[in-house]
Amino acid sequence: MVSDRLAIETVDLWKRYDGIDALRGLDLQVPTGSICGFLGRNGAGKTTTIKVLLGMAKATRGVARLLGAPAVDAEVRRRVGFVSDEKDLYDYMTVDEIIAFTRPFFPKWRTDLEQKYRQKFELPGPRDIKDLSRGTRTKLALLLALCRSADLLILDEPTAGLDPAMAEDVLQALVGHVASEEMTVFFSSHQIAEVDQIADHIAIVDRGRMVVAGALDDLRDRFQRVQLVFADAAPEVRFHAPGVVRVTRDGRVLTVLTREREPLMTEAKALLPASIEVSPVTLKEIFLESVRTED
Amino acid sequence: MLFRPNPSSGVPIYLQLMEQVKHAIATGAMRPGEQLPGMRKVAEELVINPNTVAKAYRELEHEGVIELRQGAGAFISENAPSKKDAEKFRAAQEAVAVTIDKLRAKGVADEDIRRLFEAELLATEGKRGE
Repeated sequence: MVSDRLAIETVDLWKRYDGIDALRGLDLQVPTGSICGFLGRNGAGKTTTIKVLLGMAKATRGVARLLGAPAVDAEVRRRVGFVSDEKDLYDYMTVDEIIAFTRPFFPKWRTDLEQKYRQKFELPGPRDIKDLSRGTRTKLALLLALCRSADLLILDEPTAGLDPAMAEDVLQALVGHVASEEMTVFFSSHQIAEVDQIADHIAIVDRGRMVVAGALDDLRDRFQRVQLVFADAAPEVRFHAPGVVRVTRDGRVLTVLTREREPLMTEAKALLPASIEVSPVTLKEIFLESVRTED
Repeated sequence: MLFRPNPSSGVPIYLQLMEQVKHAIATGAMRPGEQLPGMRKVAEELVINPNTVAKAYRELEHEGVIELRQGAGAFISENAPSKKDAEKFRAAQEAVAVTIDKLRAKGVADEDIRRLFEAELLATEGKRGE
């Protein structure tokens, strides 16, 4: 199998349901070995994207690839683990039973990891799955996904509804696993803080299209707030620099929110302000600004 | 000894880690030649991205603060930019010792010496030339 530099790739992906375009030309690129956070408002197309990637829905148009192969290819999906919000587990089984049931399907099953996670997650072997708490069900689903030696793990809101301690356990299991095994993680989330914490790449989708994507550190470096203070009333200016998201005038102060710091700085300095101050923008703001200003 | 960075602070996590290591060296918590914890361990304990830890370690190596030795791990450089701080600290220690000796020779009690230092520090707090 050819190892691709992109674990997930979509090109101009469209998906139409009953006359509604849930995805409208989505371009997604998740580099191999990265932990990528997938953000978007409710209804923006996150779940649809995941469904198409996992072959649970067929694209109307465009390309979707997992680990270099078409997403519809059943073979490649054996190398992909999935942890969903509903935690599709067989309620009538016990923890032991579902592990025993799942194991034979995967020749590369890691019994060492099974022992490790059984202990770490404190999974009660003989307990019925239907009697487990939400957090424990998530951890069980995670064990099943991690022990298969998947090259790619896709998670749909893995910490939704979990208390902070449980959520942290899940995040720790993910980073711990990525640190010692080679795996790419793609997870959708509404928790900006956790994306900040563990992701090195992000993708923000809005109305079926990608609005922001890339390495998180890179985005944080380019997306900045620039504050200009003038000796007298701040000038009314239209900036020509690309990437300007929002300009606010308040007396002697001009505040500019921009996606591209460098070009703006050049224009800002030319205005000869009394002072220029650059400050970072939080991921939350990047998200809010990106999903608000799109046409 | 390395603690969880603040993901929402606006300062990239790898930079926060680098600062923590440099600060540890400046305070003497870590010394030249000593080994840093492994990258995997740091990622797992701090619950942050392993690539981020790797980036921090690479940058620290680039700045000459640490050395990455193949197969052995990461070590604080012998010439890490801390020597100046350590020397400054030693010189300060000497100055304090000399002053205390003088005061004791004049018959000033230890308790009074302590109070004098504290009072002087408080009184001149805002006037530091920093």
